[in-house]
Amino acid sequence: MKYIEPHAHMVSRVTDDYLKLTMAGCQAVCEPAFWAGFDRSSVAGFYDYFCQLTEHEPKRAAKFGLPHFCWLCINPKESEDLKLAEEVIEIIPKFLDRPNVLGIGEIGLNKNSRNELKVLELHVDLAARHDQLILVHTPHLEDKLKGTRLIRDVLKNDKRIRPERVIIDHVEEHTIELVLDAGMWAGMTLYPESKCTPARAIDMVERYGPERLWMNSACDWGISDPLAVPKTALEMKKRGHAPEPIEKLVFQNPAGFLRQCAKFRLS
Amino acid sequence: MTRQQVLDLYFMDARSKLIDLAAFMDRVERASGEEDFRMKAFREALAQLEPARPDKAKQVLLAFSDPTTDPIAAATTKAACGAWPGSK
Repeated sequence: MKYIEPHAHMVSRVTDDYLKLTMAGCQAVCEPAFWAGFDRSSVAGFYDYFCQLTEHEPKRAAKFGLPHFCWLCINPKESEDLKLAEEVIEIIPKFLDRPNVLGIGEIGLNKNSRNELKVLELHVDLAARHDQLILVHTPHLEDKLKGTRLIRDVLKNDKRIRPERVIIDHVEEHTIELVLDAGMWAGMTLYPESKCTPARAIDMVERYGPERLWMNSACDWGISDPLAVPKTALEMKKRGHAPEPIEKLVFQNPAGFLRQCAKFRLS
Repeated sequence: MTRQQVLDLYFMDARSKLIDLAAFMDRVERASGEEDFRMKAFREALAQLEPARPDKAKQVLLAFSDPTTDPIAAATTKAACGAWPGSK
């Protein structure tokens, strides 16, 4: 089955996972910049990370014939240090012309603090000035509702941002309408323990329809499953969904959003 | 899907999760010491399962959520704990 993995942190996955993705039918993998599990100590650490995302990781994926794309930012978990965040945002433009960079992401909020919000606004301004797509991370658990509202308001208040060029990720049942009603895309993250199970993701598709929705594994160094998207497609099949709507959700939809960046091409 | 088909596909899984939930509550209640705000939010979330409404999952999530709207002064931790302490 043909699908796109629109959100995976492959730098923290083993090479075997590239083999599994390819064998499952993955046509492209997209990797937002994220938190390494520890705070980087300087802007130089981010420079190296952006080189890894734009130089090394595409080569690793290419060994399996898999196109690799990425998004750049400083993750909200490291946004409390405003000075570091400003330094990192300053170097991002040097990388924006690289052939696998799709836009700015995954920006957003973590604990909904004032500094996180300030850094979010700086990222949104960066994206607007450079006409970049935006991929947004929403906070975890009890912080998600408030964070999603704050993020939506920042994006809506910047009139340079076109909502159809924004995907807000990790939506759940209490936030999906906030995102879709604002005209933005919504991402459903399929995690074994938090965020969204395959069954709940399909419930949301059935309830809200498939427009402006995608699914991703967001696999990283934590408990996560790089094959979550094809497994969810299989569950849709078990529920009686026809092949065409399944392909729309797992392939056509992410391709449609990502093709707004001219650099997104499938081999 | 018909209601029968949904039950055929998901009943055993839901039954298993419900028993796990009950066992978790038994475990908490036979342990010593006081509960904290998480268990209070948990009980409020459980109450959302009873009414006949079509958005129980949403209501459960809202029961655990921070309902405030202003950003906090500073993040003192990176982690979320699953329930809003303000409901303490």
